[in-house]
Amino acid sequence: MTAVSEYLGRNVRQYGIVGALIVIVLLFQVLTDGRLLYPNNIASLIQQNAYVMILAIGMVMVIVAGHIDLSVGSVVAFVGGLCAIMLTDWELPWILAVVLSLGIGALVGMWQGFWIAYVGIPAFIVTLAGMLIFRGLAIVLVGTTVAGLPSSFNAISNGSLPNWLGFIGDADVVTLCIGAVGIVAFAVTQWRSRAAARRHELAVEPMSAFVIKLVVASVLIAVVTYWLSLSAGGTPIVLLIVGALIIGYTFVLNRTVFGRHIYAVGGNRHAAVLSGVNSRRVDFGIFVNMGVLAAVAAIVTTSRAGAGVASAGVNYELDAIAACFIGGTAVTGGVGRISGAMIGALIMGVLNMGLSIMAVDAAWQQAIKGLVLLLAVAFDLVGKRRSRLA
Amino acid sequence: MTGESHLEMRSITKEFPGVKALQDVTLQVRRGEVHAICGENGAGKSTLMKVLSGVYPHGTYDGEILLGGAPCEFRGIKESEARGVVIIHQELALVPYLSLAENIFLGNEKSRAGVVDWNRTSRDAKELLERVGLHDDPATQAADLGVGKQQLVEIAKALSKDVELLILDEPTAALNDEDSAHLLGLIDQFRAAGITCIIISHKLNEIAAVADSVTIIRDGQTIETLDLHGDEPVSEDRIIRGMVGRELDSRFPTHEPTIGEEVLRIEDWTVHHPVNPERVVVDHANLHVRAGEIVGLAGLMGAGRTELAMSVFGQSYGTGISGSVYKNGSKIRTRNVAEAISHGIAYATEDRKRYGLNLIQTIRENVSASALGKLSRWGVVETEQEVVVAEKYRHDFRIKAPSVESVVGKLSGGNQQKVVLSKWVYSDPDVLILDEPTRGIDVGAKFEIYGIINALADAGKAVIVISSELPELIGVCDRIYAMNEGRITGEVARADATQENLMHYMTMDKGEVVR
Repeated sequence: MTAVSEYLGRNVRQYGIVGALIVIVLLFQVLTDGRLLYPNNIASLIQQNAYVMILAIGMVMVIVAGHIDLSVGSVVAFVGGLCAIMLTDWELPWILAVVLSLGIGALVGMWQGFWIAYVGIPAFIVTLAGMLIFRGLAIVLVGTTVAGLPSSFNAISNGSLPNWLGFIGDADVVTLCIGAVGIVAFAVTQWRSRAAARRHELAVEPMSAFVIKLVVASVLIAVVTYWLSLSAGGTPIVLLIVGALIIGYTFVLNRTVFGRHIYAVGGNRHAAVLSGVNSRRVDFGIFVNMGVLAAVAAIVTTSRAGAGVASAGVNYELDAIAACFIGGTAVTGGVGRISGAMIGALIMGVLNMGLSIMAVDAAWQQAIKGLVLLLAVAFDLVGKRRSRLA
Repeated sequence: MTGESHLEMRSITKEFPGVKALQDVTLQVRRGEVHAICGENGAGKSTLMKVLSGVYPHGTYDGEILLGGAPCEFRGIKESEARGVVIIHQELALVPYLSLAENIFLGNEKSRAGVVDWNRTSRDAKELLERVGLHDDPATQAADLGVGKQQLVEIAKALSKDVELLILDEPTAALNDEDSAHLLGLIDQFRAAGITCIIISHKLNEIAAVADSVTIIRDGQTIETLDLHGDEPVSEDRIIRGMVGRELDSRFPTHEPTIGEEVLRIEDWTVHHPVNPERVVVDHANLHVRAGEIVGLAGLMGAGRTELAMSVFGQSYGTGISGSVYKNGSKIRTRNVAEAISHGIAYATEDRKRYGLNLIQTIRENVSASALGKLSRWGVVETEQEVVVAEKYRHDFRIKAPSVESVVGKLSGGNQQKVVLSKWVYSDPDVLILDEPTRGIDVGAKFEIYGIINALADAGKAVIVISSELPELIGVCDRIYAMNEGRITGEVARADATQENLMHYMTMDKGEVVR
């Protein structure tokens, strides 16, 4: 019994944030007379917010380790600008340009990681400097814009998977297949980890809870894919990119030694060091990784705009940080999940889209988003205090 | 010396949740004398002084305090200072980036209508500094002075408050010989000027040199007050006899050691203080441990035991470390923690909350923290195996928690300590250094931890136990080293160990140490 209540206790925060997302979606669904969940809007929700989700993945790791990264917006502009120059002035094939951009992102991360991990300058200062440095370099390189990118590159963010398999009614079959594969894969991995736990004679969540979890998740995936299959293009390509990153990085954080060291360093740096964790290498790795993910975001952003823009990515760092905090990442480090940050990013995205559909002024949108961030973290704190008293 | 009574503390009792720190303590100090207070770590000396100075306000303790015959009910430091009682704590409390003058008058600024009068501040500060023998400019930053001079600035600060009763908690613990001598000279001057001093110290030779009488406290109780100028001369051994003789409040499992080959040898180990590199914290220490042997490390606060252990464990403490470490006869290097662990050394810290555990994570994650490599393949952790390991230790060490997914911060001290032990035992070391393994733990859990220590020795591990409780060392260890001021001052086999002879070594002056 205690095990069950503990299981719920540990996950209640995660369920709470999902509940908040559902409430916000329903609210705007009503306020916009059902326009929020138009299939085309769902597709563009993903396309518009891919950059936040990609950056928030890296940012969760940075914040869990007890740091912050203020430079990612500027790095997006810098790497995006370089990528555009490679595509136009140098006429490189788009795949090569993408690979080189990722490498440049890694170099930027090494630069910042060096100062933070090995010189010991606080990340706030290093990345504040990075914010200025890379914005400046972006303007130097790009001027204002480098346009005329090849359409194959622009398709990364704007395109969808071709519908090789035709349609059932209005539904794109490729999208439906992806959804089906997703449901099966989810069920199989869940079942296998449950079986593995039982094999080691470990306590598992109650069967009823397990089945409910499977059914709810499957229905959710099914509804979303069905809806998506009705949209003009079917499955946006960025959805595959973001999905792969979410799955991959969730694995990295939960199951790899590197991921576990991030939590250890963030939870108690002294104890981690005295347990033999090389905290400098962890810090360095986190920032290199953040650089690479910023480059991914840069590619997505540049592709979506169809041009390298020197002023791209302004405030992206704040969007990513907000997504993490709404998603339950602790300011003090040591606590945070990618799933939480993704839901945080979706909450911000739905707010954006809903308010835009309702034609709310952009200035008001910003103020409302700020309020939501504040309330989310306040709820979290009050909840924690209550559970401490209990 | 006879004189009127300046301070009288009558049957002071102070309780913390679960612990009686002081029980019926009485203390009488005559006006104008230097009164020393002696006792082991944790005897209650500092608690008594905090009661006196109002750090623990009236009402949180039982008993009476009389100053010059009049009862006092201090609700805070401000009130005790108004009556001329000033305490200088062991940890210096100067603000490093303020000037000496600003530090001296901090909270007590020379000002008119909220505006600081800098001329008066500087002039008065200069005067006070000269009274304690400092000729530095009052505008100097506190951080630019050495520890010895900072201590003097603290005293100048006390003088600025018209002190009548000055309390010094371990004033010379961090000072070199020259600075100590100067400080003791200053105390002599204060006595001549009619200021009463209470000095808490471990250094018996200093007490003999400067004090008029000494009160001995043990286990939160006053044992006796000795007059150092009385008809009978009081020897250091006489004081030691009063300090030790703690009651044996815990029982120990019986254990027959099977001692094998030497596993670890430390030779000529010297460590300097990380912030103040001239200070020698560990001084040419030599020790060795054999397989299956439990070796104790006894010493009073500041003796350098933890510093010795942490510097060997991957240079986690100190600078300018020199000396050599041999493992199974061959010299090894332990430049960082990972290297020390790879050589089979484990160190369980005395401060488990700050340095030992990740309190916001689960038992499972803490147990595996130092040996994730063993639980992973290609950098991927085998989580199920990890749970199995954690469950094994939860069962073997009887960690009381609903599951291994319980957050460590919510466990009791004894169970947290068992998690720390699990972590290090799972890393499968050959040498385990356990620093105060039973601090803050109830008697039942202590007994269980002694059992774990014995089992580790029986499994052929070499175990080093650092402890401030002499009965514990005598009850658990096969051999005990004593340390004082960074030196190993003695080595006693279990059969010969008594609290008296250990305390004798633990307070042994550097002149007496025979190398």
